[in-house]
Amino acid sequence: MNVTVNGSPVDLADGATVADLVAQRSSGHDRVAVACNGDVVPRSTWAATRLSPGDAVEVLAPTAGG
Amino acid sequence: MQKDPLAPHHSQARSGPLQGGQLTDELVPALAAEEAGDPFTLAGETFTSRLVLGTGGLPSMESLERVVRASGTQLVTVALRRVEAVAGNSMMQVLDRCGVRLLPNTAGCRTAREAVRTAELAREAFETDWVKLEVIGDEQTLLPDAVELLDAAEQLVLKGFQVFAYTTDDPVLGRRLADAGCAAVMPLGSPIGSGLGIRNPHSIALLRDAVSVPVVLDAGIGTASDAALAMELGCDAVLLASAVTRARDPERMALAMRQAVEGGRLARGAGRIPRRFHAQESTAMAGRPEL
Repeated sequence: MNVTVNGSPVDLADGATVADLVAQRSSGHDRVAVACNGDVVPRSTWAATRLSPGDAVEVLAPTAGG
Repeated sequence: MQKDPLAPHHSQARSGPLQGGQLTDELVPALAAEEAGDPFTLAGETFTSRLVLGTGGLPSMESLERVVRASGTQLVTVALRRVEAVAGNSMMQVLDRCGVRLLPNTAGCRTAREAVRTAELAREAFETDWVKLEVIGDEQTLLPDAVELLDAAEQLVLKGFQVFAYTTDDPVLGRRLADAGCAAVMPLGSPIGSGLGIRNPHSIALLRDAVSVPVVLDAGIGTASDAALAMELGCDAVLLASAVTRARDPERMALAMRQAVEGGRLARGAGRIPRRFHAQESTAMAGRPEL
């Protein structure tokens, strides 16, 4: 299925969860936060949250800022 | 022999490279003692350092650690960005090692909706309900959008956040933000990263007088005297980033800011002399010889 991750189109296996996506995208990062279609997906629900075709997902990590 | 606590410590002054966070205590024990006895509270947490440090703009994580330690800060701002755009865990390892508390920001947000969602993501990532609320209304000046800011502040307070609101130096807006339940009001001295200092000191003093929550001067600091002025005007703390991180020697400037904040705080408590139009002699005229 096609979803958008951090602004770019991505082909994911059907039934992929947020946890799957995070594992794929965020190696080397902890304290990651995820939004799906603008809403926060709490860490505790990542494994149970299946993505749907067309979802727009943001996978975010800490960085320096003022 | 009793040491004069106010005597300068020139004999300990040094010009070599700075080494770690103990330096200020060695240099100025009187100030350090005063600082330790003058804690303040933000959102229920007590701090002895009144310098809040933004982390953006440094070339390396090694320099971040040196700057954090030299500044003596106990609270630093951080941000969230897409994973591809940021470089792994090293920043969080540095900040964890320094033992500082984190204040996530909503930098780059243009609307209340965006800022609220960013704050919620930051709460998830950093496991803190503290947020530096920044809602920008103009690309050139990065000035806050008052309408969106107040809207976002009200929403976030209802959601249980401790809101540190980055705002203009308008005392009325400051009061509205405090009334909305913000944990602190953070007026700018001048635009973010401009280094123009505090353009309207009287507004900052009026804002300080208008609210009972902590006031943190945020944005526009260019050099140490600006930070000292903020404290002399009655601010509870100073938040700065670029003035240190983009200085030629960030570590040295971090120490300068630390001492400026301490000095400004001391001066505020000591009570400055009134301004006079003409001179007032400080050497007695009585007993002057006729020559």
